[in-house]
Amino acid sequence: MSTVIEDVRILIGVPQYEETGEFPVERSYVWTMCAAVENGNPLFWDDAVAKELTGGPIAPPTMLSVWFRPHHWAPGRTEEHLPLKVHFDLKERLGLPEAVMTDNTIVFYEPVRPGDVLTTRQILRSVSDEKTTKLGTGRFWVIDVEYANQKGETVGVESYTGFGYRRGSDAKASTS
Amino acid sequence: MSAPAPVLVFGDLAEGDILPSLHHDVSATTVVLGALATRDWRPMHHDKDFALERNGTRDIFLNTPNQAAWFERYITDWTGPHGRMGRVTFRMRDSVFPGDTMVLDGVVSELAVDDTGCGWVGLDITLSVDGDVKSTCTARVALPVDDDDNPWHRSADRWKP
Repeated sequence: MSTVIEDVRILIGVPQYEETGEFPVERSYVWTMCAAVENGNPLFWDDAVAKELTGGPIAPPTMLSVWFRPHHWAPGRTEEHLPLKVHFDLKERLGLPEAVMTDNTIVFYEPVRPGDVLTTRQILRSVSDEKTTKLGTGRFWVIDVEYANQKGETVGVESYTGFGYRRGSDAKASTS
Repeated sequence: MSAPAPVLVFGDLAEGDILPSLHHDVSATTVVLGALATRDWRPMHHDKDFALERNGTRDIFLNTPNQAAWFERYITDWTGPHGRMGRVTFRMRDSVFPGDTMVLDGVVSELAVDDTGCGWVGLDITLSVDGDVKSTCTARVALPVDDDDNPWHRSADRWKP
């Protein structure tokens, strides 16, 4: 009979929750973002510079996750859309009520361009053995979120390291 | 039109070089604009009562993707448009609130040319308020190795971020 942790580790390397963005990448969001942080990079404001350097307009690389945040409301939608579902699955399956993200890395590949229709999928990369930190006892895991454009080119990969845990006082319950 | 000359080329740099600081007075508008631009509708980034009562913070606070956009702006203000980000890692330690003056500082931590001839600059960047570090960012950014090079022309096997 397999244990919960063995069942979870079977998912390592398996793409899950593939989805397509709710709208194509658009320039007005690029300008709103640049205005919010006063980013004057001519790649986003001067079409001649963008044409010369990047073969046409692109979106700021760090906007990668923006293209997948769901609308605040959509007709007929009944369930809240949770980003990084694999993270919440792990908390639930491993019975770890608390979690923190310890760090977040983004690697950028092909530029994202206005009009692109992006897809994403989540891949569990690792789940540690049980560890005790000052927060409590639990496990570290690494989840990659891969992003691709409509041509199938990878545009970026985000890696999240999470620590799911029980607080110190009830940490004993997790030693089984 | 010919391509603009690079603002900064790889050979101009040495490890330990300091980037110019960026100071910005954070207002409620800074927080809300950035939250909406990143499509983050969660109330602690626009509703002060919610932030106080539910998050136990003293005010609304900058969301993570907005901070990422500030780090990107800080990096490309320095590199100019030829600078192409390859990789960033963020660690958020504490919140940034309206009324704070955030200060971004950076240092060149590493310089390397990879086997495809791409010039990579490692940067260690901090976002602090009153001397307390609130977030850190390590970045790997490609810069032109000379005036004719353009990291944006790299793809597939010639782009190893």
